[in-house]
Amino acid sequence: MKLIKNSAGRLVPTEVNSQKQIPFKGVNKYKPLGTKAKPPIRTSVDYPENGNKNVRNLKEALKKAGLKNGMTISTHHHLRDGDILTNYLFDIIHEMGIKNIRWFPSASFPVHEHLIKYLEDGTIHHIEGSMNGPLGKFTTEGKMKGTGILRSHGGRYQAVQDGEVHIDIAVIAAPTADSFGNANGVNGKSASGLIGFALVDSEYADKVIVVTDNLVPFPCVPWQIQGNNVDYVVQVDSLGNSSKIVSGTTEVTKSPDRLLIAEYVAQFIDEAGIMKNGFSFQAGSGGTNLAFVLYLKERMKKKGIKARFVRGGSTKYLVQLLEEGLTDYILDGQTFDLEGVRSMRENPNHINTSPFTSYNFHGKGNFASIVDVAVLGATEVDIKFNANVVSHSDGYLLHGIGGWQNCLYSKCSILAVPSFRDRIPVIIDKVTTLCGPGELIDVVITERGIAINPRRKDLIKVMANSSLPIKSIKEIRDEVYSICGKPSKLEIDHNKVVALVKWVDGTVLDSIFKLKKK
Amino acid sequence: MDNKGLKSSTGHRGEKIRSDCYIEIEITKSSGINIELKSKVASLYGAEIKNQISAMCGFFGLRNAKIFLEDYGALPFVIEARFEHAVNNLFPSNEREYLLPYNKNNNYISSKDRLRRSRLYLPGNEPKFFLNAGLHKPDGIILDLEDSVAPLEKDAARLLVRNALRCIDFYGSERMVRINQLPLGLKDLEYIVPNNVHVILIPKCENPDQVIEVNDHVLRIKHENNIKNDIYLMPIIESALGVIKSFKIAAAVKSNCALTIGLEDYTADIGTHRTIEGKESFFARTMVVNAAKASGIQAIDTVFSDIADMEGLKQSVIEAKSLGFEGKGCIHPSQIPIVHKYFEPTPEEIEKAKKIVLAFEDAQSNGYGVISIGSKMIDAPVVKRAQQTIRMAVLNNLLDENWK
Repeated sequence: MKLIKNSAGRLVPTEVNSQKQIPFKGVNKYKPLGTKAKPPIRTSVDYPENGNKNVRNLKEALKKAGLKNGMTISTHHHLRDGDILTNYLFDIIHEMGIKNIRWFPSASFPVHEHLIKYLEDGTIHHIEGSMNGPLGKFTTEGKMKGTGILRSHGGRYQAVQDGEVHIDIAVIAAPTADSFGNANGVNGKSASGLIGFALVDSEYADKVIVVTDNLVPFPCVPWQIQGNNVDYVVQVDSLGNSSKIVSGTTEVTKSPDRLLIAEYVAQFIDEAGIMKNGFSFQAGSGGTNLAFVLYLKERMKKKGIKARFVRGGSTKYLVQLLEEGLTDYILDGQTFDLEGVRSMRENPNHINTSPFTSYNFHGKGNFASIVDVAVLGATEVDIKFNANVVSHSDGYLLHGIGGWQNCLYSKCSILAVPSFRDRIPVIIDKVTTLCGPGELIDVVITERGIAINPRRKDLIKVMANSSLPIKSIKEIRDEVYSICGKPSKLEIDHNKVVALVKWVDGTVLDSIFKLKKK
Repeated sequence: MDNKGLKSSTGHRGEKIRSDCYIEIEITKSSGINIELKSKVASLYGAEIKNQISAMCGFFGLRNAKIFLEDYGALPFVIEARFEHAVNNLFPSNEREYLLPYNKNNNYISSKDRLRRSRLYLPGNEPKFFLNAGLHKPDGIILDLEDSVAPLEKDAARLLVRNALRCIDFYGSERMVRINQLPLGLKDLEYIVPNNVHVILIPKCENPDQVIEVNDHVLRIKHENNIKNDIYLMPIIESALGVIKSFKIAAAVKSNCALTIGLEDYTADIGTHRTIEGKESFFARTMVVNAAKASGIQAIDTVFSDIADMEGLKQSVIEAKSLGFEGKGCIHPSQIPIVHKYFEPTPEEIEKAKKIVLAFEDAQSNGYGVISIGSKMIDAPVVKRAQQTIRMAVLNNLLDENWK
C-alpha cells in the first residue's frame, strides 16, 4: 500500500478498497465541485396507483431491490444500541448467500457485535461508518477484509453527493410509516425522535426500503422521510429494544471531576462574553456535556439571558431550557431520551434537522458554523490542539466521528475533557489519530486547567483576568505526564492501514494502522 | 528473602475497579523474576511498570519469583503500595519500606490557626479518589484509615496512605489522616508521621490520656526521623463521656489545633438517632465549641451526610457558624463550595467590623477611654469579635491584608 504525507503531516494511502483517495490538503483548501452523483429518476406510473408499496417481508423486498454480491447497503443509527433490524437484515443477506457487501451505516453500536461473524465469513467486505466497541477492536486487529472508512455525519452526505459511496439499497428503520413510505421517528413503540440521518439515503439510493413496526394508514405525518423517495415498505413485529433506543431518562454525571470541568465550561462561556441574549450553543449527550448545560442555565437565569437556539443531541435538560423559555428553539440532530422524543412530537419549536441542513460540506451553508459555541468531547488532544475522537491512546478504534468534525466549524469550539483517564493521558504530545485539525479547536477545558488556542488572541485577552485556571496546553501536558509518566510510542504496523479518517470535504485526514501483536 | 512456595496476593480486581491493581507474588525455586502483566495501559506503560516491579524486587531482595499484576490504570504509587503489601504478607518480619520520592508541589507546611472550613473525607484504601481531591480546593483532605477501611484492609491502606502523602499533589489542601482507635491507631502513626502529614485526627476520644499518648508517639517518631515540621492533632468527640471530658481533651496538648465531633457514634451512644433539627446533639455540639474556645483552638462541626441535599447543607452550615463552629466535614466535593460560602463572613459583617476596628485604633492612638461609632458605645468584646471577623475575611480572601 502506497502511503504519502498529507498536509497535516499524516501518512495516508492513495488508494483503498480499489478507490482512489485524495490526501487532506488543509481546512477549506479542497472544494470538490461538480455533479458527480445524481438521485435516480423514476416515473410515478411504475409505482402502485393506490400508493400501497407493502412487501411481505424484508427478504422479499431485498430480492425485489435486486440485491447482489458486492452491493452497498446503508442503515442508520437512530435505534442506537437497541437496533435489532440491522442484525436481522444481515442475517437475511447471509441466508441468501450474498457476499462482499459494503455496509454504510451512519454509526454502529455495541449491539452490532452480532455482525462480526459476517465480517469473518465474507458476507460483509468492509464498513464505511463508525466502528465502535467490538467492531472497532475487530477492525484494529486487521481482521476486516476491506479498509474501514470513518466519516462525520456531514461527511456521509458529502460522500454520497461526491459519488464516493453509491448506495444500492437503503434500509430505513421507521418507528412509524404508512404504506406509501412516508415515515417519522416521533411516534410508535420504537420512537427514536428524528430519523434525519436517512435523508441522503432516501434521496440518492437506487432502492429504498422502509421497515416499520408501526404501520399507520396514509398519511403518516409528520413525514421526515417522504414516501415519494421510497420503493418498498415492510412491516415487522419489532425494530428494536425500546429501552436501548432512547434512554428512559438521561442523567448528568455524578463524577465530581467531570462536574468541575462542566462548571469551568459554563464559567468560560459566560466570562468570554459568549453567553448573551440571542446566543446559541451545541450540547452533546456525554455526562460532562449534559452537566455544563445545567451550570450554564443557572448563569443564564441569574443574568436574565435567553438563547435563540440550542443544538442537540436533545435530552430532558435541553427540553427544560425550551419549556422554561430560556431558548426559542431546539434544532435537534439526534434525540437521546424520552423527554426529547415527547418534546419533538409536541412542541413546534423543537425542530428536527438532518446532516444536510446542519453539517453538509456541499450545502449552500450549514448550521454548524452559525452556532456561537459547541462543547464537545475527545479521546486525545495534543499540544498543537489537534484532537482525536475515534481511537484511544492504545491505538484501538472505539468511537465514530458523529457530528464532531462538523461542529468544529462553530464560532468557538470547546473540548471538555479530563486531562487523563485511569493513567491514560488525554492531553499529549501528538494525537494517535488526527480527527480534528488544531486550527479549528479554540479551547480545551480539563479539570487541571484551561488552555486557549494561541490563535484565539481575542479569547486570551478577554479571559486575562479570569479566576479560571488558564494555562498553556503544554503546562497541562507536563502535569499529566508528571502524574502518569510519559507514555511510550505505540507499536503499529505501518504496512497495514485498517481504516481511514476522512475530513468533511472527503479528503483523507489520517490512517488507522494495525496494531503490532505483543 | 527467598522462601520457595510462599505465595501472597493483594489489591483489588473486577470490572468496576479503576486506578488500582491486583497483585500476586509467588516465590519460586529458580529462574529469576517472571512478570506477567495484564494491564489496560500495557501499550503505553507496560515497560515502565515492569521496570518498577523489577526495581522493587531488587529492593526487597526477591531473586526468584513469579509476579502477576492485573492493572486497572494504577499509578506508580499504588502499584508500589500493593507490591509492598504483598511482600509484607510473605515476610511479616520485613521492616524495609520502599519510599517513593516526595511530590515537589507538596513542600508547604501548615499552621495551627489556618482556615479549616472544609475537610474532605476519603476512604484510605480507594486510590481512585485521591488524585483529584485537591482540585476541589477543600481546606483539608482526610485520608481515612478508620471507619471507611475494612479491618482486613488496614495494613494495605496504611501503605497506600503513606505513599499518597508523599506522592500526590494536594494542591494546597492540608494533609490530614484519621488514624484508627487506639491502640491500633498508634501503629498507623509509624506510617504517616515520617511522611508529610499535617494533621492527625484521633477518633473516639474519651479522655486526655489518649491525646497525650498519641502526642508522645508523634514526638518520638518525629525525633527518630528528624522531622522538623509541626504536626497537629484534632481529637474527635464521639461519645457522652467524650463530651463530658471535652475541655480536658482539648487542653491536653499544645499541638491540638481543633476539636471536632462525630454525631453518628455520639447519638448511638446516648441511645437516640440524628434528626435534621438536631436537638439531641445541641448540648454536645455547644460543649465541643466551648471546650475548644476555652483551650484556644478551633471548633469544627460534624459531617453533613446527605450529599443530595444542598439546601439542608446550607442551613446546617449557617447553624454551625452561629453556634461558634469554624468548619464542617464533607463527604463529597460538591459540598465544599457551599461550606466555604456560608462560613465566610458576610459583606455586611466585614464592613461593620472594619468600622469598629478603625474606631478602636483611632481611640487608642488618641488616648480616648471610650469608643463610640455614631451614638453607639463599643466595648472590648465587640472589638475582639470585629478583629476575629477581619481575620476570617483576610483568610477567606475577602479582604486585603493591608486593608486599612
